[in-house]
Amino acid sequence: MVDVLERPLTRAEPPPEAHGPTGLLKWLTTTDHKVIGLSYTVTAVIMMVIGGAFAEIIRAQLASPNGTLVSLAQFNELFTMHGSVMIYLFAGPFAFGALANIIVPIQIGAPDMAFPRLNALSYWLYLTGSITMLSGFFTAGGAASFGWVGYAPLSNSLNTPGAGADLWIGGLLLTGFSAIFTGVNLVATIFYLRAPGMTMFRMPIFTWNLLVTAILILLAFPVLTAGLIMLYADRHFGTHIFSVAGGGVPVLWQHIFWFWGHPEVYILALPFFGMVTEIIAVFSRKPVFGYRGMIFATISIAALSLGVWAHHMFTTGVVLLPFFSMMSLLIAVPTGIKIFNWIGTMWRGEVWFSAAMLMALGFLVTFLVGGLTGVYLASPPLDFFTHDTYFVVAHFHSVVMALVMAAMAGLYYWGPKFTGYLLNETIGKVQFWFLFVGTQVFTLPLYLVGLRGMPRRIAVYPHDPQWQFLNDLSSVGAVLIGISTLVFVANLVYSWKKYPAGDNPWDAQTLEWFTTSPPPHHNFYRLPPIRSERPTWDYNHPEHRSVPHGPSDRGSA
Amino acid sequence: MKVEARFLLGLGLFFGVVGLVYWLWSGEDAGGVMLGAAMLLGFLPGSYYLYWSRRMAPRPEDDSTATPASGAGVVGTFPGSSIWPFTLGMGSFVTVLALVFGIWLLVPGLSLVAWALLGGVAESRRGGHV
Repeated sequence: MVDVLERPLTRAEPPPEAHGPTGLLKWLTTTDHKVIGLSYTVTAVIMMVIGGAFAEIIRAQLASPNGTLVSLAQFNELFTMHGSVMIYLFAGPFAFGALANIIVPIQIGAPDMAFPRLNALSYWLYLTGSITMLSGFFTAGGAASFGWVGYAPLSNSLNTPGAGADLWIGGLLLTGFSAIFTGVNLVATIFYLRAPGMTMFRMPIFTWNLLVTAILILLAFPVLTAGLIMLYADRHFGTHIFSVAGGGVPVLWQHIFWFWGHPEVYILALPFFGMVTEIIAVFSRKPVFGYRGMIFATISIAALSLGVWAHHMFTTGVVLLPFFSMMSLLIAVPTGIKIFNWIGTMWRGEVWFSAAMLMALGFLVTFLVGGLTGVYLASPPLDFFTHDTYFVVAHFHSVVMALVMAAMAGLYYWGPKFTGYLLNETIGKVQFWFLFVGTQVFTLPLYLVGLRGMPRRIAVYPHDPQWQFLNDLSSVGAVLIGISTLVFVANLVYSWKKYPAGDNPWDAQTLEWFTTSPPPHHNFYRLPPIRSERPTWDYNHPEHRSVPHGPSDRGSA
Repeated sequence: MKVEARFLLGLGLFFGVVGLVYWLWSGEDAGGVMLGAAMLLGFLPGSYYLYWSRRMAPRPEDDSTATPASGAGVVGTFPGSSIWPFTLGMGSFVTVLALVFGIWLLVPGLSLVAWALLGGVAESRRGGHV
């Protein structure tokens, strides 16, 4: 039941005996971070497919001005649940629950997460929260239909009665606690379970980004949880926290929601930034350019992200425009540093255009488009003009589709580590081109149709040749993205246990590539000396040993 | 531990300054309170780490010259498998469903939660880890 673990030494040790339950009982009772991380990965990818299916129906409906594929009420449910599934149930849990769970402990030389049972609980809360939210479709009134932001007073019991909305709140409560527990676990693991020599400024960028993400989770998610409890109380206990009639303030919900919601953008993004940083360095055969600059940029982005929530509320007319505009524009500076450093890492490197690297480059280009249009939206006059149009939808989808590419990059890069097998590279590249081209064909017309005034969240629109052409184009892009998902599934099937990976198929740099693929119980039979942020590279390439960081490191390499 | 302390205290300081500027400039209370709470979340654990970093010798993970042998010995105790997280998760699930489908579901939901908490604590005692 309990393992008393001793730190592995540099000598090889025999593998420990397999112990504990097997089969279904193993899955139900596991506290191994790798199994939990794999469960998160599979569940999150299923959620991505479900959320993607909703998107395809939405785009099919909008392919013609008076689409009749779904009713107006069903359309409201679809765009609400598309956003909810993608943000709450796919992108977030994939970012900080899936690959983070598997990779972070191994990257820092830890045997497991600090609180393995809490880690398992996080997964069960995530799974049951997902089931709770989606089960709204099986209730008489249908699923939640007030948008993924749940604005009051639209989300009160008068305007949105029925169990679907309550299931949405309940599902969010469960997944919210899941996220908070994961945040606690990540911080404790990174602060207390690092291997000897793994100082804070030798941690891989991915781990640093997850540490910052975990702190953001602890700052932001409790606020959302409190807001949801207030919303539920308004719906069922007769309180009037968000209703004018009882002396409440509807815009308070927006303050609470976006105080969580904007940091959430970075809770989603920072882990993927970390993945891309690792991948670009490995496939450029170089160390990360500006290692410390990347860390401070990450911290700056996270800190600023808590002071920009009301840029989502410019059009309410009751927020301090110059403050939020200035803070929002400031975020572009550390983000620009990151993009500069990613390019600097590739500069004069021996770039290997693997499927993972192509996905990372696709992320870079697509995120740049999403980031730059975000700078426009941080300017109140431009935001007033575009706020309720498809321009915002396009901006947001450029950002999240960039993150989907980064997620795919992470799966192609780290998948072999936790499965022991590589995916087919050629099929991966085919998938990349469908995904990359599809994303641009999907999003770029939405910017244009938004600038031409098309409002978001409408199921039908007037006959306007320009609007229709741009919508048709966008729907074609959505189909291409859907095909890319099918290609990914085909790759999983085709490559199933076909290409053994070996311990370090990419000649990578960080500690997870020092152990076996998949890693053993408690991760390591032995550890190398850790003298830089690239211990595996240092061990395998003593002739290229990294330049040490920090005054205390000098002379020790 | 010094880096951890500086990291958290720095965040707390940043949120404190931004929160004060925001509150004085806007006069809006909700954001001021939330930024104030964020400041505390930086200061409370940050102060704890600062306190201990001044009273502890550097740990092997803080020592840039440490070797794997420096950390030899017991790292910690880890449960190999446990049914209680699953039980607690199911209890929480049923409890949340009570918010939607009826208060009676609180009976099985909270019973499962209580059973799982007791079982988890007992497991910790038997296994020797707390």
